[in-house]
Amino acid sequence: MNQEEQVQVLGLWGSPFSKRVEMVLKLKGIPYEYIEEDVYVQKSPMLLKLNPIHKKVPVLVHQGKSIAESLVIVEYIEDTWKTSYPLLPHDPYERSMARFWAKYVDDKVMLTLWKACWGPESEREKMVEEAYDGLKYLEEELGDKQFFGGETIGFVDIAADFIAYWFGIAQEASGVMIMTAERFPKLQRWSQNFVRNNIIKEVLPPKEKLMALFKAQFGNNASNEA
Amino acid sequence: MTENEGKVKLLGCWASPFSRRVEMALKLKGIPYEYLEEALPNKSPLLLELNPIHKKVPVLVHNDKILPESHLILEYIDQTWSNNPILPQDPYEKSMARFWAKFIDEQILTVGFRSLVKAEKGREVAIEEAREKFAFLEKEVTGKDFFGGKTIGFVDMVAGSIIPFCLARLWEGMRIDVIPEDEFPELNRWIKTLKDIESVRECIPHREKQIEHMMKVSERYKLA
Repeated sequence: MNQEEQVQVLGLWGSPFSKRVEMVLKLKGIPYEYIEEDVYVQKSPMLLKLNPIHKKVPVLVHQGKSIAESLVIVEYIEDTWKTSYPLLPHDPYERSMARFWAKYVDDKVMLTLWKACWGPESEREKMVEEAYDGLKYLEEELGDKQFFGGETIGFVDIAADFIAYWFGIAQEASGVMIMTAERFPKLQRWSQNFVRNNIIKEVLPPKEKLMALFKAQFGNNASNEA
Repeated sequence: MTENEGKVKLLGCWASPFSRRVEMALKLKGIPYEYLEEALPNKSPLLLELNPIHKKVPVLVHNDKILPESHLILEYIDQTWSNNPILPQDPYEKSMARFWAKFIDEQILTVGFRSLVKAEKGREVAIEEAREKFAFLEKEVTGKDFFGGKTIGFVDMVAGSIIPFCLARLWEGMRIDVIPEDEFPELNRWIKTLKDIESVRECIPHREKQIEHMMKVSERYKLA
């Protein structure tokens, strides 16, 4: 199999799901062509053809085949380019646990964090409680490690990219403070390590742009209550 | 004693498709295990200890290693016991298996159970929307004996535990046919072929009990 064949990524500049794929490609030193899909305006014929089921980004195209769902894509990249920058542990149990935490972030934590910032007022308190619980488990899991992956960024760190970067900006934009340094010192330290990484920081979308996007799309809580 | 031997315990529930699919994999690979039935919806102290985060079955315990989440358990079993593999070796085929498994447990479960039970826009609309999603699966299994190809695999176990022996029982209780044979010939063929596989057959819950159970679950869900 000729792995030098062109890799393409259909993505969205502000999406943490899309960025997961780019982070992994860059960490592994895999060159790729990036195609921006403005999914909120118009879904291109290419996207609809490559991901007819979900019609979402990111989509990876490699050797004429397309793969959707960010963590499925990340595992594909890991399976295909095994030797450069492994993201998952070798041991089957440790691998499963890494997948467990990534799934936990994806399925449970991200949604509660989002809803805690911008969900309906009636649900806000409940969502904030759930957000605290979710982050608490992650804080425990991280412990004193530099990254969830240990000394280097791994699968779980990539899955938790929203928490490391986007969430801080979301908190600022919404005025809701949940992941503070007092409550979650380890996660706070981890976030800083993650976003300062030389490769990761090249990929992250600009803060001002995200802030403007969040404020425009969701408004500010204070003004909503007026 | 090799690494692969050593006690395997499964905490499960007779009516849970997530639990049944793990049993299919264990049986297919001939792995002996101790089964512990969880009398849901009550959660035992053991369950809360083994899976404090999600408090759900199934949970696998192997050599004191604890693993929840059926997809993760299936992948772990496949990596630890290499006979009768259930996931493809090829990275692309493997990623497609994971994609379909996610689609089934998220989208199919939503349209096959949640949307159907709540039927906010009426039952007919809910059935139509469900059929649109099932059409993707119909296409995927066309021309193949199983989703896994010539032998049953990861996707067959995920889909097989949930569609014919769980969702279909709900549909029977509701007196609807979501995937009629004339519209979904391939899926129906696949279901018939599945029932001939020993490791699947041994994991099919009792039909009437399952119908009764699914009707109770749907009542609880409607009120939630």
